[in-house]
Amino acid sequence: MVARKLVVVSAGLSQPSSTRLLADRLTAATTERLDALGVETTIEVIELRDLGHDIVNNLITGFPSPKLSAAIESLTAADGLIAVTPIFTTSYSGLFKSFIDVLEPSALTDLPVLIGATGGTERHSLALDYSMRPLFTYLHAVVVPTSVYAASSDWGTGADGGTGALPDRMSRAATELAALVLSSERSSRIIDPFALPAGFSPVGGYGAQ
Amino acid sequence: MQFGIFTVGDVTTDPTNNSTPSEYERIKAILTIAQKAEEVGLDVFALGEHHNPPFVPSSPTTMLGYLAAKTENIILSTSTTLITTNDPVKIAEDYAMLQHVADGRVDLMMGRGNTGPVYPWFGKDIREGIPLAIENYALLHRLWREEFVNWQGKFRTPLQGFQSTPRPLDGVAPFVWHGSIRSPEIAEQAAYYGDGFFANNIFWPKEHYMQLVGYYRQRFEHYGHGTADQAMVGLGGQAFMAKNSQDAKKQFRPYFDNAPVYGHGPSMEDFTEQTPLTVGSPQEVIDRYASMRESFGDYQRQLFLMDHAGLPLKTVLEQLDILGEEVVPVLREEFAKNRPAHVPDGPTHASLVAKARAAEAEQALGFGGTAVNVPLDPAAVN
Repeated sequence: MVARKLVVVSAGLSQPSSTRLLADRLTAATTERLDALGVETTIEVIELRDLGHDIVNNLITGFPSPKLSAAIESLTAADGLIAVTPIFTTSYSGLFKSFIDVLEPSALTDLPVLIGATGGTERHSLALDYSMRPLFTYLHAVVVPTSVYAASSDWGTGADGGTGALPDRMSRAATELAALVLSSERSSRIIDPFALPAGFSPVGGYGAQ
Repeated sequence: MQFGIFTVGDVTTDPTNNSTPSEYERIKAILTIAQKAEEVGLDVFALGEHHNPPFVPSSPTTMLGYLAAKTENIILSTSTTLITTNDPVKIAEDYAMLQHVADGRVDLMMGRGNTGPVYPWFGKDIREGIPLAIENYALLHRLWREEFVNWQGKFRTPLQGFQSTPRPLDGVAPFVWHGSIRSPEIAEQAAYYGDGFFANNIFWPKEHYMQLVGYYRQRFEHYGHGTADQAMVGLGGQAFMAKNSQDAKKQFRPYFDNAPVYGHGPSMEDFTEQTPLTVGSPQEVIDRYASMRESFGDYQRQLFLMDHAGLPLKTVLEQLDILGEEVVPVLREEFAKNRPAHVPDGPTHASLVAKARAAEAEQALGFGGTAVNVPLDPAAVN
């Protein structure tokens, strides 16, 4: 059996939170697909609420606490990410963005990502496509085509076998993510923190020779 | 093993009484602190270089030149000299001049500087920080070692037949440390030249710097300057002390909580646990820093940051008394225990002159003496 590592980042603030609920449903759907593909999936959930102070301290001091550092390392070595945030004032939450801001710019390169968001009304659903998707694209992550937005009302709407209802969207997104997670080799990569840029010379390219 | 202090030169409001020293007061305080460092038996005083408020030391050699006249023994150094935005020709001249004025009691620590606007203010681009540090130092290294330099690079006007003056004292260039927080390129550069590598060590967890120092040591050996444990390593440190540990914490807490770098962030308890900052009794500081050699190997220079975050001059001078009288003498003994004979001491002008003369004598006898030379093939990097 192949082993893959799935990391779930939930930026919900209340406990319990509908953001975490959505994250858990997406995780279950993805794991189910991976099972069917013969993949043994390890899941790690990062609740940003628990790391809130550590994230702010990292912004201030420039280095992560041991707890935050462990979360970042885990995410950096994941084969797939399910990232879910509440939509606050037109965009992902500040805590979610602050967490992204303390990552190395290359930390998410090639990482398959399923993006999800929650909100009070359906009117904010496009925030996924105009703020969350470009954020991960900028970081060279691979975002699956289907993103999943859950408004409060969605939790009371059943599957219709089409494309509109929450369970259908979750199912399609999970299928898309599972295929990419299967082909990811990120969790078995070895990263050399001291790798010098190609062509680097300690005396530069000029004069000193 | 050399012990000393390094200063950033910040003008910071004292959070306990809301008073802010004038630039004049702060500059004079730094000069007083440096002289106190010599008085209490420290080996090194290192001064930062900055070109934006609230920092005052924009002109380090002016201050270090004054200190050269006022002191007898202490090594005058920098923390750091901006190798990116300064003209390497001017660094070569300024510090060779200082070396003569100070009878050789001078070395330097190269740094890139991380204040974005300083680069464009000096006509440079921060995105070229590493290439600037590499090229500028390559020129500086030659200017101190070759009489007449022909040179062409990317970042400054070419030179034809240029002779930097004065020539280094006794024909021996000042020792150079390269400071870096995270760039393997700079550790590689330090290793290539057989120069020292200084790990700031104070603002981040020790484990990070241990990796970087370990890498530098390996590459130092790779380039043929000696064994890995003979590489020249310097570390930063930070302490605040009182006889009784609780008093130290109580006194320092308002300064910690409002400090420009880490204030309003983690608690003092978390920060002291995660970084080498030690707030407590002299014995606690001794224990913490005596253990550094276990993490980094036997090293050559330990500098402490003592005057920052708005601490008043009087407090800093008291801290230096404790450091010089109670802490450093014990650390000297601790670091001397089981230190292998082949591990070099901290660099001094006398030690560099002796090394240069020995190499010349070996060369004259036909032994090659490559140990002190830079490797001939700069392409042999990876």
